Amino acid sequence: MSAAFRISGAGRLSQAKTASFSFDDKSYTGIEGDTLASALLANGVHLVGRSFKYHRPRGFLSAGAEEPNALVQIVRDDARKTPNVRATVQELYDGLTANSQNRWPSLAFDVGAVNDLASPLFSAGFYYKTFMWPKSAWKNLYEPKIRAAAGLGVSPEKPDPDHYAARYAHCEVLVLGGGAAGIAAALAAAETGVRVILADEQAEFGGSLRFESGAKIDGENGFAWAQAAIARLKAMDNVRVLSRTTAFGYYAQNFVGLVERVSDHLKSPGRELARERLWQVRANRVVIATGAIERHMVFANNDRPGVMLASAARTYLNHYGVAVGKNVGVYTANDSAYAAAIDLKKAGVNIAAIVDLRDNPAGPVIDEARALGIEINFGRAVVSAGGKLRVSSMTVQPKNGGGERTIPVDAILMSAGWTPSVHLFSQSRGKVAFNDETRRFVPGTYAQDCVSVGACNGTDGLDATIDEAYAAGAKAAKEAGGKDSSGKTGKGAKPKVDAGESWSRGMLGAGPGAGPGTTVKAFVDFQNDVTAKDIRQAVHEGMRSIEHVKRFTTNGMATDQGKTSNMHGLAIAADELGKPIPQVGLTTFRAPYTPVTFGSIVGHARGALFDPTRRTATHGWAASQGAVFEDVGHWKRAWYFPKAGEDMHKAVDRECVTVRKVGGLFDASTLGKIEVVGPDAAKFMELLYTNPWEKLETGRCRYGIMLREDGFIYDDGVVGRLAPDRFHVTTTTGGAPRVMNHMEDYLQTEFPHLNVWLTSITEQWAVIAVQGPKSREIIAPLVEGIDMSDEAMPHMSVREGKICGVPTRLFRMSFTGERGFEVNVPADYGEAVWEALWAEGQKHGAVAYGTESMHVLRAEKGYIIVGQDTDGTVTPNDAGLDWAVGKKKTDFVGIRGLTRSDLVAKGRKQLVGLKTKDPKVVLEEGAQIVADPKQPIPMKMIGHVTSSYWSENCGRSIALALVAGGRDRMGETLYVPMPNGTVEVEVTGMVFVDEKGEHLNG
Amino acid sequence: MLLIRCPYCEEERPELEFRNAGEAHIARSTNIAGESDDDFEKFFFIRANPKGVIYERWRHIHGCARFFNAVRDTVTDKFIMTYKAGEPKPAKLPGAAK
Ligand SMILES: [Zn+2]
Repeated sequence: MSAAFRISGAGRLSQAKTASFSFDDKSYTGIEGDTLASALLANGVHLVGRSFKYHRPRGFLSAGAEEPNALVQIVRDDARKTPNVRATVQELYDGLTANSQNRWPSLAFDVGAVNDLASPLFSAGFYYKTFMWPKSAWKNLYEPKIRAAAGLGVSPEKPDPDHYAARYAHCEVLVLGGGAAGIAAALAAAETGVRVILADEQAEFGGSLRFESGAKIDGENGFAWAQAAIARLKAMDNVRVLSRTTAFGYYAQNFVGLVERVSDHLKSPGRELARERLWQVRANRVVIATGAIERHMVFANNDRPGVMLASAARTYLNHYGVAVGKNVGVYTANDSAYAAAIDLKKAGVNIAAIVDLRDNPAGPVIDEARALGIEINFGRAVVSAGGKLRVSSMTVQPKNGGGERTIPVDAILMSAGWTPSVHLFSQSRGKVAFNDETRRFVPGTYAQDCVSVGACNGTDGLDATIDEAYAAGAKAAKEAGGKDSSGKTGKGAKPKVDAGESWSRGMLGAGPGAGPGTTVKAFVDFQNDVTAKDIRQAVHEGMRSIEHVKRFTTNGMATDQGKTSNMHGLAIAADELGKPIPQVGLTTFRAPYTPVTFGSIVGHARGALFDPTRRTATHGWAASQGAVFEDVGHWKRAWYFPKAGEDMHKAVDRECVTVRKVGGLFDASTLGKIEVVGPDAAKFMELLYTNPWEKLETGRCRYGIMLREDGFIYDDGVVGRLAPDRFHVTTTTGGAPRVMNHMEDYLQTEFPHLNVWLTSITEQWAVIAVQGPKSREIIAPLVEGIDMSDEAMPHMSVREGKICGVPTRLFRMSFTGERGFEVNVPADYGEAVWEALWAEGQKHGAVAYGTESMHVLRAEKGYIIVGQDTDGTVTPNDAGLDWAVGKKKTDFVGIRGLTRSDLVAKGRKQLVGLKTKDPKVVLEEGAQIVADPKQPIPMKMIGHVTSSYWSENCGRSIALALVAGGRDRMGETLYVPMPNGTVEVEVTGMVFVDEKGEHLNG
Repeated sequence: MLLIRCPYCEEERPELEFRNAGEAHIARSTNIAGESDDDFEKFFFIRANPKGVIYERWRHIHGCARFFNAVRDTVTDKFIMTYKAGEPKPAKLPGAAK
């Protein structure tokens, strides 16, 4: 059964292909090819939403992407509940379920509509004025209430189960918009053989040809010509045609973002289909053919369901075969609404009257309307619409005042004229220019290699549009390197316009009855509920710039970005300010053109693919041992290895004690490693590190400190000299990339005369630290060709040889204070060598330990961690590392910075140890330190805790801290004020275990 | 996303491959240890930060890894030209008035 408002013989949909759907739990039948909007209208449903602020009943304003009112929630399942979908864009599929938004308990009876009665309270700037006092109420009372009341739609509770694809594409000519202009431009460009991409937001190409029944091109109806042209373009190898694809952002150097809606229109899209696809296109030339958007008339109650744009009504009729009413009124200030009236009249719909604000317009459409017997009223205005849930009448008055007449209608079509869609042009940083004669902003100065054609360029008439677009497409292709196709005849020739529709200018701003001095609800911005009065009020309250008016009233700030409202708002403000429009200025258009889902931007970069994860060679082994991991940058590092029944605390205590008693294995592979090689390697090291390197013997290691030019510690690490011209440099885990960058920077730009080659080898070598008194016994059985005796291989030395038959760089070094080694092996052998060492270690009772124990063990020895115990304002002297600065050196990065007056001043914060008076209390890292706990707040803070742990080896807590003049305070009592009371601490040295360093050879 | 021409790779590559490295043509003194406070201040702390044409260093970090110099307009974000590290500041910019 055909729906009540579907007109047989009208439109392009096949009536046979029905699709059932529900809206607010009521079932309806539509036709395949419908939008949700056209299907609802076919069933006589106009009321589809409540407005944002006043909860006024709303229907469909448009038939396209500019729709401000008809926002609905599309529900597929629990995880797929998409809010704020424009019903005018959503294609119908069988089984579609949609719900209205922003209403309670029901769409027809909405409690929130009380806001409409209380609207004097909600006038422009209301948020700024009303909720200012008391301040605390904002967070606890106003904001939660406003948010709950004002929300549009509901977000789904479950993660998005769909996937989103992404593609990069390059082309010579990108055409944005697939109406007559875009198609003509694409045809011309494609003929030259260059790569062309043509994109349009609609499911079908044609743009305004969808409703312009009078257009005839190459002997065919305009829409049919468009389909044939698209078929021709699709058949060309050099052309990509994208429908349902919105160009949402125009970025630098012709980089354009497009979103293709791949499967939202399908009944049950398979998982193999992405929901949307993001296209990032770099084009040599861009042709913008985005058309124009019709404006509404601004009069009282112009938001009643059934009041809509004339072009929308025409689209519903000519494309979808739907009449938007049975007794339709028309209110216009230009010709195009006549065409709508004529089409509807011919389809059998009664046109109650055309009300034209113009005094004596003339032209073929007016003659035709008159010939059809339609009542036409010139010089008159619709001053009010009657009805509530649906328009029921229009009140007409002479435009300069006089007797009123109320005409019953069930729909009002309005047209105030057309606004060129300069959004993408403006996003490209082009400057718009105001045409005083046509009162439109059109593209003025271009900032990029693009060109606007057709209605978005202010070009009127189909003939002129095709001429301009075809020439622009050919020119763009030629400039981008295509072959000359001018003078071509036959199939590739310029389309010939046989008939088109005329264009006439309209009006801007409030109509009669809604002008200065009136307080009626004549809406300018439907989505944000901004009326003409609100704009005037903003001006009265001192807003002068359109940017201020916009923010004060929120005009144009809703998700439709003011596509229908900006020009009216601007005109009203300009009027009120008594200034010409260009002097008030146009607000800036920003991406996205229409709302873009997070999904399409994020693409596959979610979950495990959100960020890269780096795992060391022993990761699998550690996981099998029950290790708990922590994130360190992108790395997953074994944090601790709990045995059954152990918490972190117990595991770490056991690991720390065992390392000092017997030994332990630790994966240190994440440390940054850089090989510095070349005849000038030592010279380079001298310049990049504070230490002296020229005299370091081959086979020996040194702890190096790297500064920035300002004299502050940048990184540290042990460096081994493998050969006179080869250094194996280690960096902190987090510092690896920036240290490499820092070294390259100096090598390439300050010291390019040095013959040095830098190579990151972090990933090439797995590093297994074996620490503890038994470390040598654990390693030795597996090593070939290296004498590991204390005499042959003292502390801080490095040897090359083999372990388990594979090459190793074996360092004798210690980050625990115990005898220790770091076994470097090629990463591919890391796990095998670890397992061999682990087997040896178990014979002695050694443990595997993680990063937490590593931290505790090094803190027990007062070894610093750059970035934890230093913060970018700490000098080597502050950290007690003055011994590592080569005093005889004449140059290294940071040498001059170190002599800055502040860096040598007394009272600088210095690293010291802290012992709490109560050994059981473990300080909090980051806690502030004061000298006098009784002073009034705010207290003078003299430092802070940088590292703090429970040390089972010491049987007490230990801490490191940066304290002003710290080294002169040894033995002094200081205080750490905490929320639960002040903690007393004693300033001590930084070494808590084995102060003499005997364990290194123990 | 901008396209930046790497003077070593001799082609335009997307911005993502590059990293800015601060103002260009600020030479480190060969006798930096003996530099006066004023000179060190100029070298290390003071930057032009112009509105308009800036000479700056970039690194093709995810490409050839070379540092190079670029002339960019900070208002339009447009790269006017790029050239190799160590080359002098261009006397005349392409497109500039004579
Ligand atoms: Zn390069």
